Amino acid sequence: MALRPSTTESPLVRRILISTALLVLSLFLLLPLTAVFAEALRRGWEVFLASLHDEVALSAIHLTLMAAAISVPLNTLFGVSAAWLITKYRFKGRAFLLSLIDLPFAVSPVIAGLVWVMIFGSKGWLPPTAMAEALAPAARLIASLAEYDGFGWLLADLAAWLADPKIVFAFPGIVIATVFVTFPFVARELIPLMESQGSDQEEAAVTLGARGWQIFLRVTLPNIKWGLFYGVLLCNARAMGEFGAVSVVSGHIRGETNTLPLHIEVLYNEYQFSAAFACATLLAFLAIVTLGMKSLVEHLSGHQSSGHK
Amino acid sequence: MSISIKSINKTFGNYAALENISLEVPNGSLTALLGPSGSGKTTLLRIVAGLEFSDPGEGRILFHGEDVSETPAGKRGVGFVFQHYALFRHMTIAENIAFGLSVLPRSLRPAKAEIHARISELLKLVKLEGLDKRRPHELSGGQRQRVALARALAIQPKVLLLDEPFGALDAQVRKSLRRWLRVFHDEIGLTTLFVTHDQEEALELADQVVVMRNARIEQVGKPQEIYDHPRSPFVYEFLGNVNKLSASNGSHRYIRPHEIEIAFAAEYNPETDRLAKIDHLFSAGPVATLSVRLDDGQFLEVEISRKQLDELALDPGDEVSIRIMDSSKSGV
Ligand SMILES: Nc1ncnc2c1ncn2[C@@H]1O[C@H](COP(=O)(O)OP(=O)(O)O)[C@@H](O)[C@H]1O
Ligand SMILES: [Mg+2]
Repeated sequence: MALRPSTTESPLVRRILISTALLVLSLFLLLPLTAVFAEALRRGWEVFLASLHDEVALSAIHLTLMAAAISVPLNTLFGVSAAWLITKYRFKGRAFLLSLIDLPFAVSPVIAGLVWVMIFGSKGWLPPTAMAEALAPAARLIASLAEYDGFGWLLADLAAWLADPKIVFAFPGIVIATVFVTFPFVARELIPLMESQGSDQEEAAVTLGARGWQIFLRVTLPNIKWGLFYGVLLCNARAMGEFGAVSVVSGHIRGETNTLPLHIEVLYNEYQFSAAFACATLLAFLAIVTLGMKSLVEHLSGHQSSGHK
Repeated sequence: MSISIKSINKTFGNYAALENISLEVPNGSLTALLGPSGSGKTTLLRIVAGLEFSDPGEGRILFHGEDVSETPAGKRGVGFVFQHYALFRHMTIAENIAFGLSVLPRSLRPAKAEIHARISELLKLVKLEGLDKRRPHELSGGQRQRVALARALAIQPKVLLLDEPFGALDAQVRKSLRRWLRVFHDEIGLTTLFVTHDQEEALELADQVVVMRNARIEQVGKPQEIYDHPRSPFVYEFLGNVNKLSASNGSHRYIRPHEIEIAFAAEYNPETDRLAKIDHLFSAGPVATLSVRLDDGQFLEVEISRKQLDELALDPGDEVSIRIMDSSKSGV
């Protein structure tokens, strides 16, 4: 009889374990994904495409893309700075900052939305009326600048917004809620990575005469790039998929403040199942792309650091 | 360029890592900071480099008489080799070595061709020709060590600082690299301060040995001086291989294993000798080590040549007469 290590299970047990795992995985993960696509296409391609081409759907997609386009770069910047600060320096309040970063994970998205309504809503601490009053001089100044400057259209928009500074139930509120909810992703991905790498290479760069930004761009960034990329990917997936907090601050104004997830819910509640699932395929597709990129990143970074302890 | 360290104190929270350290590292010397782990060697080296700053007060670091205490690390012109090398792992060996030159402001940066020539020169100096396109993880420990050295030398530093340069290497590489470093130092003549916890390494390699203990300097001197005239029991014991022999009045003395002569019991002279029994014999290599048990029950280690051991033809359990040579010191 062949000897086998005492920790390996017998082939039968192993097979049972593997098939159970696969069964559970397909039941809970693959089945819903398939269901989304099946339901979306149940009434044919034409209905599917029409649901995506619908004006309200397009506006929801546009809004979702815009919100992600603003909040992902912002959180990348925040996340990298926070991770840099926390791992390369020792200072008072470091532990506090660390738990603060986790706050959005700990707080229910509904609360995360309600907080902003409480602050910026019409009955909040900083209602649009009060803000309009405070911002009026700025609005006038920018409106007058808009008449001369080449970026007139942008400034005019800004002036218009400053005159009626709505945050809640408007685009700014959606961005704020999205930024809040997706804040931890990049930082959380980077902190353990940078912690494990220590500051040796940065210190070596210092003794070799490199200045701060040179150290960041040429030493730190190349060492964290795959982790950073993955963090940005997750941040983006969540920014586009966020439902709870955005639902509270958006006010569900059709064609105006409905993001893609909100639009799907509205369609579903109106029994337009095919249209709802057609839009849902976009989010499902986003999930698949995210996971695909993740495996790619792991593959690439694994190759790059192979042989390094 | 000489290094003067004046009254340096360093505390981490409540913990004193360095207490009133003053030291002169002569121009062109190879000086070893020797001490057990935690004695503050790395901290002192980092303060000299400017990676750490001493507690505010009168502590000063001078390079060739010039006060650099407030100068940032990047402007001190020190070559620093980290204990685990800290090579940039995403860069090739050539890029690693060129780093210090490539971050210079454009006006001071040498031309591409010149940087290239400098890299080749340095690779030759550290005997790594042809490895310029490899990456750090493709090199052995000893090779990485020399890349770190070449990278530090590329900026033409005024002083070289090495933290446990051989600490992470296996015994074989360690020995050969140690000799190589000595020759290398004599060739380039750069003032060098290195940290080690290995007394053999310090004694073999350095011009000047600084023994550290618990955040303080215990003794400074040439290797021979320190070995022959240890100023304290700590130094005596730390330099290794020493017998501590207690007398009946409570005092004790330190005797090195090679300072003991051994003879047949028949030659015992009660005036100068003591009787002992051989407890244990270890005789692989040119020097044989014997463990003997004195008449009062204390054990002593004795080193004799292999030739002498063969002549005496001793076995465990044999009675012998031992004589302690005059050069050994009384302890406190
Ligand atoms: N950054 C730091 N924070 C707190 N304690 C430190 C720090 N660096 C060193 N120490 C402490 O200072 C003492 C001396 O450390 P070090 O200089 O590294 O010793 P050595 O290099 O001789 O082993 C150790 O007890 C160590 O724990
Ligand atoms: Mg150390």
